[in-house]
Amino acid sequence: MVQLAADSLKRRSGHLWVHAVLLLGSVFMVVPFLWMLSTSLKTYAESMQVPPVWIPSDWHFDNYSKVLETVNFTRYYWNTFFMTAGRTIGQLLLCSLAAYAFACLRFPGKSIIFVAMLSVLMIPSQVVMIPSFVIMRNLDWLDTFYVLIIPGIFSAFGTFLLRQFFMGLPKELEEAAKIDGSSYFGIYWRIYLPLSSSALVSLAIFTILASWNDLQWPLIMTSEESMRVLSIGISSFQGQHATDYPLLMAAAVMATIPIILIFIFFQRYFIEGIAMSGIKG
Amino acid sequence: MGRLAVREAMWAYLFIAPVVLGLAVFYMAPAVASFYLSLTQWDGLSSPSFIGLENFVELAQDEVYLRSLWNTLLYTFATVPLTCALALVLAALLNTSIKGMTAYRTIYFIPVITMPIAVGMVWRWLYNSQYGLINYVLGSLHLPQPNWLFDERIALMSIVIISVWSGIGYSAVILLAGLQGISQNYYEAADLDGASKIYQFFKITIPLLGPSLFFVLVISFINSFQVFDLVYIMVGRNDSLLDATRTVVYSVWENGFKFFNMGYASSQAFVLFVVILLFTIVQMYFQKKWVHYQ
Repeated sequence: MVQLAADSLKRRSGHLWVHAVLLLGSVFMVVPFLWMLSTSLKTYAESMQVPPVWIPSDWHFDNYSKVLETVNFTRYYWNTFFMTAGRTIGQLLLCSLAAYAFACLRFPGKSIIFVAMLSVLMIPSQVVMIPSFVIMRNLDWLDTFYVLIIPGIFSAFGTFLLRQFFMGLPKELEEAAKIDGSSYFGIYWRIYLPLSSSALVSLAIFTILASWNDLQWPLIMTSEESMRVLSIGISSFQGQHATDYPLLMAAAVMATIPIILIFIFFQRYFIEGIAMSGIKG
Repeated sequence: MGRLAVREAMWAYLFIAPVVLGLAVFYMAPAVASFYLSLTQWDGLSSPSFIGLENFVELAQDEVYLRSLWNTLLYTFATVPLTCALALVLAALLNTSIKGMTAYRTIYFIPVITMPIAVGMVWRWLYNSQYGLINYVLGSLHLPQPNWLFDERIALMSIVIISVWSGIGYSAVILLAGLQGISQNYYEAADLDGASKIYQFFKITIPLLGPSLFFVLVISFINSFQVFDLVYIMVGRNDSLLDATRTVVYSVWENGFKFFNMGYASSQAFVLFVVILLFTIVQMYFQKKWVHYQ
């Protein structure tokens, strides 16, 4: 009994030590965000104050409206949203369809095509950057939503992820559906897709994250102000207002808030998806 | 093949066609074209003129490019070990069945999902030498206050710090999943034998975590070699600092889309591709020595 009590005391003090380290680390993680929020509500003069003020004397929400007025921020939002939604819906449909065929159907050349597809994962994006630019220019797609969305809907990673998931589903489901006379598309649509919502959500999250934060592709493929996405919009905003930190921070808050909110609501899927890709890989 | 088998194959081809053709047109064809372009001189408008290996000969003497390669290696070899070591400690701490594990995990993960460009803007402000928070704190602790982004000796390391900060959460989540897969029996047996926690960490945890650790290392190396966004936002418009912080991908972008030396830029990208490939092969080779799949 005494031994047990001593053990639990030891464990609790051990936990105390763990909490202390984790809390200290959390401070480093959180402070930049708090600093961003705090600065975004200050006046220019207050942001330059030494020692720095954490809670602004007045909360200047007008910094946010100033950003919206100086640049076409709503347009950047809309462009980013449209690009993200287009790529995500496209990937979910096309990757799951191909994944179903790779996981469940028999056809000549299956393994060669599959390996060839996976080899795409080895190609770093900057290698294809220049030829892609030329292709898009020849298609006359530069500065359009085509260029922002269409090349982003084909994903070797997404197909691989969903194929692995489909392989884990029981074969009997398919057999039963075949006896019922379902078509292949029917089996995919009515059996495999509904059973795979967790894998689909994981893929959707990966795609949303990559698209929303994408800089390189839109930077190369768009030049018109009206086609800017958020990452480009806020970096050129920084170019114009190099030291007006309250305005810059307000822009940064607006660009990041949607993804942070999505993360907080769907974090279980984020974490599971990432952990899954790590184990499977 | 029977009629049914033919029908099945036809449907299968139809289902895979969009992804396979799309990847061929938008990834494989450009990759092949890129290799050809690296052997040409091309301004992006006229037709490319074939010059053999001249670009690569020039690269070997191009001090700007060699410096960018060096910067990329420095950046990678600072970022990856730091991130992985800290992530391993974090994952081990989160795996002690403490209360609030989910909350901690969320906090450490938020930087991972935040737009790199926005992260860069915030850190520029934190690093500000006169009004930035970091130097204020350092000053009040009577520590030296470096000029983070405008001192060419430390500018690259300032970017490394941001990358570590924003990368820990990702690696930690993968390592945590790996840790949770290790059976408690090993530790109980070691406890009975009186092995210390530190000894257990190196003799049980690290070997059994091998596959996850290996995955994290490979992915971190590949990603670090391709760093671009942070350099672009932190120093992109400051030419005097670019020498100290220009990375290979930044150089590819500059040559391709600012100077329109598209053939030369392609050869730069190709060299990086080979470096990444060699690196991955070396890691694959050495994994046999230390990674044990259960």
